[in-house]
Amino acid sequence: MLLLVLKRLANAVVVLLFVALLAFTIFKFLGDPVQLMLNPQATQEERDALTQRLGLNDPVPVQFVKFVANAVQGDFGMSYRNQLPVMGVIAERFPATFELVMVSSIAALLIGLPLGVFAAINGGSFMVRVAHIISMIGVSVPAFVIGILLILAFSIELQVLPAFGRGEVVDLGFWTTGLLTSSGRYALIMPAISLALFQISFIMRLVTSEMLEVLRTDFIRFARARGLRARAIYFRHGLRNCLMPVVTITGMLIGDLIAFALVTEIVFQWPGMGFLFVQSVQYVDIPVMAAYLMIVCCIFILINLITDLIYVVVDPRMGATAIGGSNVR
Amino acid sequence: MLTIKSAAMALALTTAMAAPAIAATMRWAPQRDIVSMDPYSYGDTFTLSVLNHVYEGLVRYDATLQIEPALAEKWEVVSPTVWRFHLRKGVKFHDGADFTADDVLASLKRVSDQTSPLRGNLPAYVSSEKIDDHTVDIHVTENYPLLLNDLTNIHIFDQGWLVTNKAEAPTDVAKGVEGYATSHANGTGPFKFISRKPDVETVFDVNPDWWDKRQHNIDRIVMTPITSPATRVAALISGEIDFTNQAPLQDIPRLQASSNVKVLSNNELRTIFLVMNQSPKAFESDVTDKNPLQDIKVRQALYHAIDADAIQKVVMSGLSRTTGSLVAPAIPGYVPDLDKRLSYDPDKAKALLAEAGYPNGFSFSFLCRNTEFVNEEQICQAVSAMWARVGLRPNLNVGPTTIQDAKFDTLQFDVGTLGWANEPMLDSYSILVQVVHSKTGNAGVFNWGAWKDTEIDGLIDEAGRTIDRTARLALQSKALQRANDLSMFIPVHQQPMAWAVGSNVKDVLQLSDNKARHWLTHMAD
Repeated sequence: MLLLVLKRLANAVVVLLFVALLAFTIFKFLGDPVQLMLNPQATQEERDALTQRLGLNDPVPVQFVKFVANAVQGDFGMSYRNQLPVMGVIAERFPATFELVMVSSIAALLIGLPLGVFAAINGGSFMVRVAHIISMIGVSVPAFVIGILLILAFSIELQVLPAFGRGEVVDLGFWTTGLLTSSGRYALIMPAISLALFQISFIMRLVTSEMLEVLRTDFIRFARARGLRARAIYFRHGLRNCLMPVVTITGMLIGDLIAFALVTEIVFQWPGMGFLFVQSVQYVDIPVMAAYLMIVCCIFILINLITDLIYVVVDPRMGATAIGGSNVR
Repeated sequence: MLTIKSAAMALALTTAMAAPAIAATMRWAPQRDIVSMDPYSYGDTFTLSVLNHVYEGLVRYDATLQIEPALAEKWEVVSPTVWRFHLRKGVKFHDGADFTADDVLASLKRVSDQTSPLRGNLPAYVSSEKIDDHTVDIHVTENYPLLLNDLTNIHIFDQGWLVTNKAEAPTDVAKGVEGYATSHANGTGPFKFISRKPDVETVFDVNPDWWDKRQHNIDRIVMTPITSPATRVAALISGEIDFTNQAPLQDIPRLQASSNVKVLSNNELRTIFLVMNQSPKAFESDVTDKNPLQDIKVRQALYHAIDADAIQKVVMSGLSRTTGSLVAPAIPGYVPDLDKRLSYDPDKAKALLAEAGYPNGFSFSFLCRNTEFVNEEQICQAVSAMWARVGLRPNLNVGPTTIQDAKFDTLQFDVGTLGWANEPMLDSYSILVQVVHSKTGNAGVFNWGAWKDTEIDGLIDEAGRTIDRTARLALQSKALQRANDLSMFIPVHQQPMAWAVGSNVKDVLQLSDNKARHWLTHMAD
């Protein structure tokens, strides 16, 4: 287990360096931040001076090495747009995104798993058909359309939920949470639904097809023959054997949402990381974008590690392969 | 874990109880957040207009955009290079400190610092000198006429506060040190800064000790940016916000249909026009040996081919003001005579092209942005189609501002769009010196057409030395006339702006500079 973790960490460093280099090559094509930072009335001389001081004239490799050298010391520089330290800006956004993604993912698992099992057991029933149609909508309609529809229904027509923002948040010093206030919880409902709908549909369809597969196998038939109760057959034996892909997919979905819940965050003005990233691209805020990509990269590495560890818990047989180092994915 | 949670609960309860009863709160949702609380941090007009609620300059614009006294009561020109300002007495900063000459000196020093992004807003500044506690002399380069215009946007800090918080120098992002003034504020203005969470919420409370007569009845301003137009409209209709200074144009009919929302629309100071690259060779054209755009007949043909009324009606939903002038009517230097367009006449355009030696037209690159001006991309598409009708072959190239502007800067285009609001100077000298004047010294930064006309340069330079306002404006009008005569640019329109207010806002002053002035706003009781 420890070996697995160490190996992953060594890989991570290489991946991080590669992502940083790629990022700096791309930044060249994003344009000129100085144009936005100065007033139209600024002279050419002032523009050149600022470009020089920001080191934007340096060739890409020099900018890259400077960034890595500072990053190693934990210094990611200052945001061009907010004029605040980059790490602070990102740390401030992380809780908002994390809470939103976790709430929607947990909801997706709690709803998607049982629905999937139910659909697999009661194949042709009316309810299952309805669930299938809804899940079809869930996977095919983009999140922002769902978001706007929700706003239309619950903010404009019914006026029960806020159309934007995070509500009142409680500051714990290292973390801000909206879960402790009622306005914070209300504000979370619509963004969470619009994020979760896709996940619910996806997980449900995945579980259904895996379950149908498993339920056909011999050991289920034997379990039935042994006279086990239906619930034990379906959940302890059936579901457990199809959790593997669910863990993989959920892990990837969570990583993806933490990094790129852009659209939902913009529709609901949710002050999270995706929102920050879009704004940074618009303002060519290179320090924020660079640090952001690094952090997102770390998060993906971490989530992959956690899913690998969960494999071992779900299926003890995986322990041997994981330590052996072969790719479990 | 449990203790953290209960501590948090206790915290939540206390903040809930500590929140004062608010009489009249103005909930303001702009399209984007201000970038900083520091008025000298970023050359952004919108940020300055918001910070103007907290900070004030020595002078300010009144409700008709004329300059009136603010922190300076009166002033006189002592010599061609020295202006004397008599400061208002009895003014206090929000932290209780008195406003004196030292504050003006410290502020001018800060804004004119080498690393200050706002240095360009005070181009003629040389130094300043304290005469007594309430008198300051400002030294400028010889005969600079626009000092007062510049000073409207130089907000005054408290010297003691700057020193205590080590913020005497402007925040320099290149140095990587956070500035105190970025997230704190202490001004003399009608509202006090209370709290700020970037991109989430900024709160201001009324300053009961403001030196000026209070005309508003707002106790608190809560500013929460909402980026998505659909969400902003929804929040307005559902009554979650009271005011936005960016009502999406495409949603105006819907907002007007809602019983509790009122839309205020007008034309901005910003004029949108087309720039034509005057380099000796065309950048991207099938005419490779010369540049057709150097021929005035070709420029006029491009002009005659544009049906500005169609753009106004179809692209701008009838909300823009079609113009033949490079500056809006409210900008000094504007003359109604200049506001006449060349007629829309495709046949004449074709004839002119034939005369110039291009009976079958020619191809050229047409550079536009999709993030900068109102409906810019649609304007460019419409203009391209109109040009195609007279046989021209524009290749439309659309992209984000930061990328396109770099191409403009390096003359990698043939024709493109530009908009100029003359902010913060509010004088046609701004566009003349930055856009029309040839690139020499500090002038012509946005002369993307690469124009070099000695006559027009002479007029602009002379205006820049003329203190007498009438004489100066006459020179500027003459320069603008010459720009029209040469068809240096093709003006399109003054772009529209739209605000929207909820039912609990009674009165809000909307001027063509598109800045909210909530110290003049009245909420319903």
